[in-house]
Amino acid sequence: MNYGFLNIYWRDMIRFVRFRTMLISSLLQPALWLAFFGIAMSSSFDQLMAGVPVPTGVHAVGYLTFMAAGIIAMTTLFTSLFGGMIILFDKNWGLMREIMASPMPRDHVIIGIGLSGMTKSFIQALIIMVFGIAIGAGFFVGYWVFQIALAVLGILLFVGVFSLGFLFLSAGIAISMETPEGMQGIMMLMTMPIFFASNALYPIDAFPEFLRVISMYNPMTLLINGIRYFAIGPDFLALGKYYAYTSTDIILSFAGLLVFAVLMYAFAWWRFNKAVVT
Amino acid sequence: MAEISGEQDREIIIVKNLEYTYGDAKAVEGISFSVKKGEIFSFLGPNGAGKSTVINVLITLLALQKGEASVAGFDVTREPQKVRESIGIVFQEITLDRDMTVWEILEFHGKLYSMPHAERHARIEELIPLVQLEGKRNIRIKHLSGGMKRRLEIARGLMTRPKVLFLDEPTIGLDPQTRMRMWEYIKNVNKSGTTIFLTTHYMDEADQLSDRISIIDHGKIIITGTNWELKNTLGQDLIYLETSNNSNAIEALTNLPSVKDIKEKTKGILVMVNDDGTKVLPVMMDILREAGITISTVNLKKPSMDDVFIYYTGKEIRDEPVGKSSIISLRPGGN
Repeated sequence: MNYGFLNIYWRDMIRFVRFRTMLISSLLQPALWLAFFGIAMSSSFDQLMAGVPVPTGVHAVGYLTFMAAGIIAMTTLFTSLFGGMIILFDKNWGLMREIMASPMPRDHVIIGIGLSGMTKSFIQALIIMVFGIAIGAGFFVGYWVFQIALAVLGILLFVGVFSLGFLFLSAGIAISMETPEGMQGIMMLMTMPIFFASNALYPIDAFPEFLRVISMYNPMTLLINGIRYFAIGPDFLALGKYYAYTSTDIILSFAGLLVFAVLMYAFAWWRFNKAVVT
Repeated sequence: MAEISGEQDREIIIVKNLEYTYGDAKAVEGISFSVKKGEIFSFLGPNGAGKSTVINVLITLLALQKGEASVAGFDVTREPQKVRESIGIVFQEITLDRDMTVWEILEFHGKLYSMPHAERHARIEELIPLVQLEGKRNIRIKHLSGGMKRRLEIARGLMTRPKVLFLDEPTIGLDPQTRMRMWEYIKNVNKSGTTIFLTTHYMDEADQLSDRISIIDHGKIIITGTNWELKNTLGQDLIYLETSNNSNAIEALTNLPSVKDIKEKTKGILVMVNDDGTKVLPVMMDILREAGITISTVNLKKPSMDDVFIYYTGKEIRDEPVGKSSIISLRPGGN
């Protein structure tokens, strides 16, 4: 058994910790989203919703609680999509040659970068959860410690598979690209539809049919289903809409993410085996 | 194929009819050569001659297109993994992560090659003193000088005790003193048993370091030999003359038994002689005087690698390193 991917992981984590500005900004950015966008939107939405009666027995949550799940997903998406960028830099600075000329199988680069990106997403997700709860997001309300631990684990499981999928995609694109500008362009083009055609900030039910279908199968939506299920509960009322997730819904969402991650791995594997680095 | 495996004891790199094409541009046009176990073998040629392409094929970064190539007894196409395990590489440009420390660079490399923990750490402790980086163990690469980075790269190339060490332009961009010290390191590495394949466009580097040199230009090997063999192909001495009538002078001298060849230069002529130049020169001067040709300038010297290179490729390598002026001024002719 070759543990080369651990080596790639080790190096990428060294860089993550050493680039102080990158480290701090990547941790601060989600908190800022939550603080500014979250508070601003939730105060106006909650005012709009104030007159809407809540049926008895239904767990109603504020907008901040609703969108905090979306912010965890958004941060994971951004971090993961740009997580492969380091491969492009390594390629351009010639560092990739050392790796490509070594006996280590190439798929270990994909796995190593995937695991380190996943670790970063875990750290970010945990920070958002803690910060979100601190500013009033209603996560894990009425849970016992044991239940909270299980719920956090569930969230990390969803975040992990989702981030791996986008990290593999990012790595596959990075090894095929020539310039960071080109890669940045592609990433910008992709983030927009993935983020907005999802249930991160609003319900998708009122979307036009085609957009609704796209949004339903968007990995972003699948991830957010999971986060809300574990953080808020199987049924709740938000933005005047009643959400109810069965365990089958959640298992299907997770299966969808797994399929996505496997497909993206195949894509990255194909790109890496075609790549010529000199 | 049978002969490749039969020769592997003595010949550690064997290349036959290697061709490489980028799109429409032929970079390597049918090269054949072999490197013997334990020697320092150089590819000497200008930038763009195809040196790096050959190296990239041998180190398995580029797929072989046409021909055959084997390194350390393994075919580069059929057993690339075995080739990779047998070699060390120092790339043309610095390939070190600026934000890692000296120790981490070596550790990372050892892990890439699946070296066991204890062996890896012991090897790092051997190599750091070898390249005189003792005090720099935990210093990040961005704080090292160019020479230190190169030494670290050599240490990295040696990390896995390779059978062959590939050095692609090992002293490019270094100052003259650092270059000389690099040569010492390379020689010591070779003495301890590592075969070295290096490419360079520096004449003095090829001349002073190599056991054998191949001059390569336009993707072809022009001539191969030891530095003395190459210089001796130009004769024992070179005599440069500027005369009142160069073409008549060539005619007058060309039949002398000790004259091997005469080349016309911009202002004078270059005579290659097979005999002691100090004895031949007075004879030549007498002949020219009798033919009514006056001599304005005379220069006598031993053939240098530059002369060999110019003779075989018809051109000089332009981007010379600093500190070469003394050699340039000795060069006959002003072409």
